[in-house]
Amino acid sequence: MLSAEKKKELEEAIYAFVGKPIGPPFTGRDVVNEPMIRQWCDAMGETSPNYLDAVAAEKSPHGGIVAPPMMLQAWVMQGWEMHEGYDEPKNEEHRLHKLLTDAGYEGVLGTDTEQSFSRYLRLGDAVTADTVIEHISEEKATGAGVGYFITTRATFTDQNGAELGWMTFRVLKFIPNQPQQAASDDDGAAQPAKPARIKPPMGHDNSWWWQACTDGKIQIQRCGGCEKLRHPPRPMCGACGSMEWDAVESSGRGTLHTYTVIHYPQFPGYEFPIIAALVDLEEGVRMMSSISGCDYEKVEIGMPLQGVIHEDEDGFALPIFRPREDSQ
Amino acid sequence: MSRTLADRAAIAGIGATEFSKKSGRTPLQLAVEATRAALEDAGIAAAEVDGMVSFTGDQNAETEIARCLGIPRLTHFSRIHYGGGAACATIQQAAMAVATGISEVVVAYRAFNERSERRFGAGRQGPTADVPVPLPTNWYAPFGFVTPASWVAMFARRYMHEYNASSEDFGRVSVADRKHAATNPKAWFYEQPITLEDHQESRWIVEPLHLLDCCQESDGGVAIVVTSPERARDLAHPPVMIRAAAQGASSDQETMTSYYRDDIAGLPEMGLVGDQLWAQSGLGPDDIQTAILYDHFTPFVLPQLEELGFCERGEARHFIADGNIELGGRLPINTNGGQLGEAYIHGMNGIAEGVRQVRGSAVNQVEDVDHVVVTAGTGVPTSALILGRA
Ligand SMILES: [Zn+2]
Repeated sequence: MLSAEKKKELEEAIYAFVGKPIGPPFTGRDVVNEPMIRQWCDAMGETSPNYLDAVAAEKSPHGGIVAPPMMLQAWVMQGWEMHEGYDEPKNEEHRLHKLLTDAGYEGVLGTDTEQSFSRYLRLGDAVTADTVIEHISEEKATGAGVGYFITTRATFTDQNGAELGWMTFRVLKFIPNQPQQAASDDDGAAQPAKPARIKPPMGHDNSWWWQACTDGKIQIQRCGGCEKLRHPPRPMCGACGSMEWDAVESSGRGTLHTYTVIHYPQFPGYEFPIIAALVDLEEGVRMMSSISGCDYEKVEIGMPLQGVIHEDEDGFALPIFRPREDSQ
Repeated sequence: MSRTLADRAAIAGIGATEFSKKSGRTPLQLAVEATRAALEDAGIAAAEVDGMVSFTGDQNAETEIARCLGIPRLTHFSRIHYGGGAACATIQQAAMAVATGISEVVVAYRAFNERSERRFGAGRQGPTADVPVPLPTNWYAPFGFVTPASWVAMFARRYMHEYNASSEDFGRVSVADRKHAATNPKAWFYEQPITLEDHQESRWIVEPLHLLDCCQESDGGVAIVVTSPERARDLAHPPVMIRAAAQGASSDQETMTSYYRDDIAGLPEMGLVGDQLWAQSGLGPDDIQTAILYDHFTPFVLPQLEELGFCERGEARHFIADGNIELGGRLPINTNGGQLGEAYIHGMNGIAEGVRQVRGSAVNQVEDVDHVVVTAGTGVPTSALILGRA
């Protein structure tokens, strides 16, 4: 173990890396191309014609071959030269790791990763990754040993500078309990993230509403001047001009104003078909949502609905409506 | 001098590239080709252009087009928001610039590889650096509600409920468009008419929209040259007068998702535009012989007919079923095939067809055309024109 003084020195040195890019943005050595897609699909057992069959893909909503979203990082892998990098640091991440390795934190274990994709990549797209050391935890005791969790965040952009997605990757850099012990799967080796629902952009005018969902509530904004309810939230009341507001909790009781059944295109993170719904809440505002627990052929305008907060596996919460039985 | 915009400017030239699914060249080249063709059609030298107008979403800089064509100076350039709702507003901007003496020759343009590069129909599934997500989107995207077809379907279902309309009523719009496209060699669906059965049997995209309720996605460019009536009089074609040009956004307006109005079976922003068209021009629906009604999705053609006063509210399905919107009917619409049949160039190809109808040079020419109504994107803040003979 390090002396308190040495440890303070080490932590000062490593925390100085937080917020730093690991290096200049790196543009993949090859643009998105069919051979790499085919090899990746072979390796992963992926068989979708959207990735592999130019003729079928042309008829798909993509209009041509696209790359599997999970390949995003593959386009900017830097290749073999980086393999030996930890002894001969080539970027800031390596320098950070080397500091820790030299201080006895020799083990490294991938713990988890999150990814988000903005669009499918098409042939010829050039991917650039800009990777930042986002976070370093305080020292933690884990099953593998004492160490620091290091989170990097890569932001991927295309040839026009438009964002393609992002990935966070977290590793534990640790002093092994028993040197050379291989990490077992139970220790949480990196698993590919399950595709998740599209998240709303959060801003001052809306994030409180989503936060309330996480707290289990369907909220309706109420004007502080004239008490008129309004949804979606906005910063000023169109009726009286007041910028004061609070919120009331909706009962979730409502009726269906109109709906659609979304069959196409199908994208990751959702079960299709989606029954998208506009609900007239009994409090008097209309709210966008979707309907579950009902065969889509049985959905009809005017049907009574009950909204409940649904929480996804990743913790994101939002109101979903179900048919309401107690309709009197 | 008149205080309105009526007859203060004229369209002197129209130009377009071919309409395809894969242009094989950049949007800038498409924009330049279309602009050059429009100037040639007008008989105006590029060096005389001093104004340019486009859509906020168009990726081609006015300045780059000017450099390509050798346009030495621009005294007016402006951009209009709200997707296809901008189409006719670009002509309004051009007409206002000409009417006020700001510019003498203004080109309105739109060019993109909407099919082979960035497809709008795929939906907006997250923010990208070049397209910031407008805050309203956050109330929809988490529910998987991200495509234009789904946004329109929500209105369509309510319209059906309010007015007892059916999918067949929407389908008849598609059938009429494709009938007109079938005899237009420039149309992507040239010689490919469809039947109502084809429409009904086409797969669901977003219920109640079938595939054949949805317009194409296209690569291409269109440009329109606007100048003063005096200047236009001396040019190759007789001037096509801009008799009225209007924009409109209405109460509780959102972009494609104006769902919070008491009644969502209408298009009040188009009603607002229509009122201005009639007021500016002194004309009424009976003075219009043909119309180009924005048709990204068929259901919105019905409330357009109602908002513009071609039929009573809720009566569009009967107006259509009686054959009024086809060639030979009371108000043939989308005689070029529309965006379902000709191409989806964000409404700009519809303006060009309106010009051809007034000139008498359309492939599906309506007889004795004095006035044409052209509308822009529906479900968004929108715009429209009345074009007429000098
Ligand atoms: Zn108020």
